[in-house]
Formats: sequence, structure tokens, C-alpha cells
Amino acid sequence: MEKLYEILKSLHPDVDFTAQDDLIGEGILDSLDIVTLITEINSAYDVSIPAEEILPENFCSASAIYDLITRLDEA
Amino acid sequence: MQFNSIPFLLLLSAALILYYCLPGRRRWYVLLAASYLYYLAAGAEYLIFIVYTTAVSYVTALLLQRRADAENAELEANRDALTKEERKARRAKGKKQRFRILVGGLVLGFGMLAVLKYTAFVLSGVQLFVPSLRIPDLLLPLGISFYTFQSMGYLIDVYRGKAQAERNPLRFALFVSYFPQLLQGPISRFGDLAHQFFEERGFDGARFRAGLARTVWGYFKKMVVADTAMIAVQALVEQKLTGAYVVLLILLYSAVIYGDFTGGIDITIGISELFGIRLKENFDRPFSSRSVKEYWRRWHITMGTWFTDYVFYPLSVCAPMQRLSKWSRAHLGPALGKRIPVYIATIVTWFLTGLWHGAGWNFIVWGLLNCLCILVSQELQPLWLRWQAAAPRLSSSRIWGCWQAVRTFLLMGLIRSLDCYRNVPLTFRLWGSMFTDFNWGEMLGSLTKLGLTPADWGVLAAGILVLFTASMLGKREPLRERLSRRPVLLCVCLTLGVIVILLFGSYGIGYDAGDFIYGQF
Repeated sequence: MEKLYEILKSLHPDVDFTAQDDLIGEGILDSLDIVTLITEINSAYDVSIPAEEILPENFCSASAIYDLITRLDEA
Repeated sequence: MQFNSIPFLLLLSAALILYYCLPGRRRWYVLLAASYLYYLAAGAEYLIFIVYTTAVSYVTALLLQRRADAENAELEANRDALTKEERKARRAKGKKQRFRILVGGLVLGFGMLAVLKYTAFVLSGVQLFVPSLRIPDLLLPLGISFYTFQSMGYLIDVYRGKAQAERNPLRFALFVSYFPQLLQGPISRFGDLAHQFFEERGFDGARFRAGLARTVWGYFKKMVVADTAMIAVQALVEQKLTGAYVVLLILLYSAVIYGDFTGGIDITIGISELFGIRLKENFDRPFSSRSVKEYWRRWHITMGTWFTDYVFYPLSVCAPMQRLSKWSRAHLGPALGKRIPVYIATIVTWFLTGLWHGAGWNFIVWGLLNCLCILVSQELQPLWLRWQAAAPRLSSSRIWGCWQAVRTFLLMGLIRSLDCYRNVPLTFRLWGSMFTDFNWGEMLGSLTKLGLTPADWGVLAAGILVLFTASMLGKREPLRERLSRRPVLLCVCLTLGVIVILLFGSYGIGYDAGDFIYGQF
């Protein structure tokens, strides 16, 4: 999880990702951020996030993103 | 058949009466018949193209669904016999097979759009080298870009398992051809729209009133603001006037496109509300956006999300792109490496967005300039954060916010003017003239030579003021929603709206500016 926070922080140093649960709705993560984030996650966690998993509910908070990584890793 | 024509209003009235006379489960037949009548009125020769797209999407989706069901049944039957790796391998194999079916459907669907819309454009390029080449005059069916994109989006959703394939061909035909949105969108998703056609529901008076208010509001935007301003825009474009006139064109064309497109969508959504159907919003006060990125989250939302979900994301996270990312990180460093997939996908997406709008260099340059603005603003993000830290009060003040909105409005207006001149070198020359020809006095003195009388200018200014005021007052909740809760006040406003449209709208004999701009895309 710490690794994920580091990645998110590198995208938006001004945001406290531990306290945010609507990253998409509030416009904190846009499409460019999400692709950068996926590229970083794929490289850091050795998973592959497919396009069909790019849904607001999977990227609305740090914990939702972490759940997605865990699910894909176990699949 | 335009939205502001008598035949359309007659068709709509007949459809509404029949719709509410029939029992709930049969009402969708009325919508299907009205949709095909509407399309037939545009030209019987166009019918074959919408039937083709419907058939291709219907069959491909069924094949995809059949394959997915068989795959799931097989995995379920062998649940205990297969190891985790074997299940994974079978899923991957099945996905590959479904992907081939999907690609076949997409090629057939987009192929027809490409042939009809882009053949002349491609051949005109070839003609530069082969002057004897003859360019065929192909039909461009009404709304083809919209219904093709909607149908292909449905195919991708079925492939991804986000939608179940529709087995009834007539029901599916209604999803493709639903007449209020056929001409200019919004581009609906199957999961959002289709089930609403077949739900049994009673007549909802409040919803009907809200729909009526929205429809009249849309007609006001289109006929009083957009069509009035369009007369002056056409004069400015025809005369290729320079300097201050270009600034005037940018401002007027912003009013035209806003009134025309948001007005058209208001009519579409309003009419759908009359039938009890809720469509996705396509605009969210776009001219208050503070950046180009934000503007594209608020303008033509359904097209933006279509390109994001079906082009940008799949392209940026696909295996070759991720391999390229790994390679570029290793060879070009992490900072540049991670940008490569984002930048390539952004450029491709905006190139295609430009091409979707039309087969012409002006549309391609328009798309790429939008892309350039977004990427430059992305690169300047660290600078912006530093500026925010250095001047926290100013950067969060209302004045700064207003400046950002005005700057974005002007920038988008400037890029949009490519759509008016439809000639890239000429547009660039005219942009340059804004900084060399300071003919403001001459421009202000010749406003009445642009096809509008002083009274027309007064109506236009008042119309724009009404739009601006309604937008500001409707920040939290649209005014029409508030009005729909007060039936008497709503009736007064509706009557006033209709009177204003009849008195000041552009219509009648000799009037020829009524085509919706997005209907041509």
C-alpha cells in the first residue's frame, strides 16, 4: 500500500490520498493521470490492468485501487 | 426533417398521442415506427445504411454473447477438474476468439462509415499526384457518425461483458435508431438507454412538464440565439474579414455553437422526457471551464467519454504500449518513459476526434491543437503548483478563476474558428491579422452590414444575456427543474418562451440557417 501511496503522491503532491474517497468524482484523477498511474502500477506490481477494469469504482480511492491490484494479482 | 419544422412537430405529436394511448409494454413499437419514419423523411436511400449498421451490430453481438456463454458454461462444468492456470489459459483463449469476432464487427461497422465519409477526402489527397483521378460523389447518411459510434460502443460493451446482447432485432433496431438522438446524439450506452424503452411506467405529469420546458428552452437557444448569430457569422466568413472582425467571429461563433448544440441536445433530452426516457447529459456549463482539459469534461460529454473508454484507455494500456513504456523507461529515463504511452494515446485520440467531426484538414488540425493545449498544460502543471504555493490567495481568488474561464473560452473559440473557415492556411492568416489589423472602429461601425439589423443585434444580445443569467442561476440546480415544481409559473414561462421564439426566432419562408451543425458530423 505504501508503494501505491508513493505513486499517487508523485502524480499529485498536493493531495492527501489517505483521506480521499472520490478521486474521480472530484476531478482529482483525470484520464491522463489514470493512464500514468496504470503504467506505474503495472511496472511496480507486475500486474496488467486491462481497459475494461478502468471504471470509476476501481479508481475512486487508494484502497479501491489497491483492491483492484490484489484482485488482478490473484486472478 | 429538422427539429424546428412543422412535419417534425406533427410526427412528435402523433407519436406522443399513440405512445400514451397504448399499454406500457407495446409503447416501444411507436418509438420504433416514429424513428424509421423520421429517418425515411430524410431520404429513403439512407435507410439501407442504418439497417446495415443495425444488422452488423446485432449479429456480431449475438456471436460474442454465444461465445462468452459457451466459455462460461465450459469453465463452470469443469470447475473442479481444472487448475487455476488451466482456467486462466482457457479464459485467455476464449477472450482471444471473442476479440477476433469483435474486430470483425468493428471493421464492418466502421468500414462503412470510413468509406462514405472519408473516401473523397483521401482521394482528394491522391488527386494532387494523379490529377486525372475522379472523386466519386458518395452519400453521407444522416447521423451516421452518431449511430455508428453508438452501435460500436455497444459491441465493445458486449465483448467486455458490460452489456448482454439484445436478442430481439426490433428492440435492438430501436436502440440504434431512436429518433430524438439520431441527428446529433448524445451517444448513449446500451446499459443506460435500452431498458428504458421497454419499462412499463405511467404518465408522469411533472416529468412531462420538465421535458416540455427543456424542449422550449432548446428551441429558444437554437432559433433566437444560434440562428440569429449564424447570419453574421456567415457574412464574416464569406467576406473573409480580418483583424477585429476575426475576434467578432470567434465570439459570435461561440454563441452559435453553444446555442445550436446545447439547444439541440436540450430539445433531444426534453423530447425524451416527454416519453418518460432519461438521456445522459451532454453538457455541464462548459464555458465556465478553467482549463481545456476541464472544458472537454463538460462539453460533448458523451463523445468525450466514448473516445476515452473505447480508444484512449485501451490504446494506452494495451500490451504493446506497456512494452513500449518499459523500453522507453529503460532507454530514455523514467520521466520521459512514463509519458510515452499517455502522449501517443492522447495524440491518436485527438486525431480521431478531429476526424470524427469531419473529413477535412481543418478538423484534424482542430483536434491536434486541442491535444497540444492539453499536453502543454499537463507539462506546465509543476509550474502551476509553484505559482499556487507562491501566491495562494490570488491563485484561489474568484478574479483568478474568472480570468482562467475567460482565457479558456477565448482559446477554445480561437481553435473552433477553424470550423468556420474550413481552410487551415487561411485561418492561420486571419488569426495573425488580429495582431496586425487594429480595425476595431471600422468593425464596430459596420455591424449592421453583416446581415443583422440593430434590432436583431438587440435580440441577440438579450438572448445571450438570458443564457448567461440562466447558466449562473442554474449552478446548483437547473432553472427548469426548479420551475417544473411550480406548474403555474412554468406555464407562464413556457407561454412567454413560445411567444419570444415566434416573435424573435429565425424561421419561416426564405430562412435557411436551421440545420443543426452537429447533424453534419
